[in-house]
Amino acid sequence: MTEGGFADRHARWLFPAPALLFVFALMVFPILYTVWTSLTGWDLGTGRPPTFIGPGNYENLLGDERFRGAIGRTLYFTVIAVGIEVVLGVAIALILNREFRGRRFVTSILLLPMMATPVAIAMVWLLMYEPTAGIVNFVLRSLHLPTPLWIAGAESVIPALALVDIWEWTPMVVLITLAGLASLPSDPFEAAAIDGASTLQSIRLITLPLLVPTIVVATLLRLIDALKTFDIIYTMTGGGPGFSSETLNVFSYQQAFQYFSFGYASSVLVVFFAIVLSISLVFTYVRREPPSRLAVADGRR
Amino acid sequence: MAAARTDAHERAAVPTQTVRLRLGPVVRFLTIAVILTFFLAPFLWMLLNSFKTPIEVITLPPKLVFEPTTANYENVFQSQNFGRYLVNSIVVGAGSVGIGLLIGLPAAYSIAKWDQRGVATAILLARIVPGITLLVPLFILFRQVHLVDTFASLILTHALVGLPFIVTVMVPFFKGIPVELEEAARIDGATLLQTLRKVILPISGPGIVTAAILAFVFSWNNFMFSVVLATNQTKTVPVAIYNFISYAQVDWGGLMAAAVVITLPVLVLALGTQRYIVSGLTAGAVKG
Repeated sequence: MTEGGFADRHARWLFPAPALLFVFALMVFPILYTVWTSLTGWDLGTGRPPTFIGPGNYENLLGDERFRGAIGRTLYFTVIAVGIEVVLGVAIALILNREFRGRRFVTSILLLPMMATPVAIAMVWLLMYEPTAGIVNFVLRSLHLPTPLWIAGAESVIPALALVDIWEWTPMVVLITLAGLASLPSDPFEAAAIDGASTLQSIRLITLPLLVPTIVVATLLRLIDALKTFDIIYTMTGGGPGFSSETLNVFSYQQAFQYFSFGYASSVLVVFFAIVLSISLVFTYVRREPPSRLAVADGRR
Repeated sequence: MAAARTDAHERAAVPTQTVRLRLGPVVRFLTIAVILTFFLAPFLWMLLNSFKTPIEVITLPPKLVFEPTTANYENVFQSQNFGRYLVNSIVVGAGSVGIGLLIGLPAAYSIAKWDQRGVATAILLARIVPGITLLVPLFILFRQVHLVDTFASLILTHALVGLPFIVTVMVPFFKGIPVELEEAARIDGATLLQTLRKVILPISGPGIVTAAILAFVFSWNNFMFSVVLATNQTKTVPVAIYNFISYAQVDWGGLMAAAVVITLPVLVLALGTQRYIVSGLTAGAVKG
């Protein structure tokens, strides 16, 4: 111990130092820089250097229809996608939560949508959604059901994009819920079985209440990611038709890299960051303060 | 809770249960079949159409039996130059994983051993911050130091994407290593660095491989950083397939072939290490 040398004596700060420096350079500094640019008028197109204008960009945001629309669409997309993902994900987890042949195979399949390259997957859905030649409308037509325009229609585009997100990320909710189910205590279920409770009764009265903390965590994790959805929206619709699928992420991207108005884009980014961060704070709070109920469900803590 | 049920309820429950037992397996099998179809269908559709001619792709009702053609794959590699973009993606992925491990492993060890929550929070924040909030300032910054158009800008940003995954996988892994192992080495007079190199790292192989694969997959899949920071010379595969549809006529067969070429390596990697990947992805949502 005594001859450990410099590295040994200072390991506590030497070890995390490179990662912290890296995170500072590529994350903290850029965020602070964005806050500063959001207070400047800066258009790359004009070639003029940034000039300090105070809260002007934020005042403009308040009156910007397109910005308000983007907020609304971001929330709309997130609520549909995450809402269905959680309900569907928990339901699928309950179905899979029993030993049967091929269970491992099924869970392997569930991994694929999450890991597949989102842009490539977006291209496949683009082909499937094709209003006339696509398979989705072909199936609907064969069943004599109405055939929506999917991503080509102003009304249907957000739900259609949400469906792609649901396909990609419901498995995540399933896997989290399965892990939560595996950590539940077995005694309440044994007691219920002895008392003759049916499967549905014990799911409704025991499993779901015990699962609440797991479901809350899964929901928050999905909320944080769904708000940030970019790849599938940008590559499938570019925010269209018109602006009808332009979410905050796409809106700020267009402001920055299509119009090159960095000052204005930065103010959007600050607002966007604040929204995501506040949800994350809720997440940390839920994780850190386990009420007694949560401790039960989280068996191994 | 269940103890509060009345006797009448219990007796009523008995016949339902026998019905359930008979119907159960069939209903369960059918439900699982529907679930699998939903999650597999887009993959099958992608694979099927990648072997079809342009006419066959848009023919309805779709032909399930047809003469497969490899023309789409030839097109993807020959005229679309996908070989080059695959190499780019591998370079960026490998570079970013290398940096991620280099700085992530000591940090993860430090978090695991000395319970440094602040460090953990700072690194996990990289998973929470919207990429676009970083992209605008980083683009400006990289332009000033002439790093746009280089692999360096892609490797650095992708390393930031992978870092939280590496740390998420490695912290529980390091925590799981018995303290006695390390203490034994220290008693024998090994320094901390020697202990790490000779004792900790060799037994951490499976964890490191999982962390590396997960970080590599997220670098491979990354679109947002690449579409802004990459140009023709450094373009990665997600940007390449996106450019595919920017041209007037959509070549669906070619597009699907490109999608297969991009997703296949990722899916193979994912299935190879699936058990660990689940815990890495769910990012400590449930302990364990």
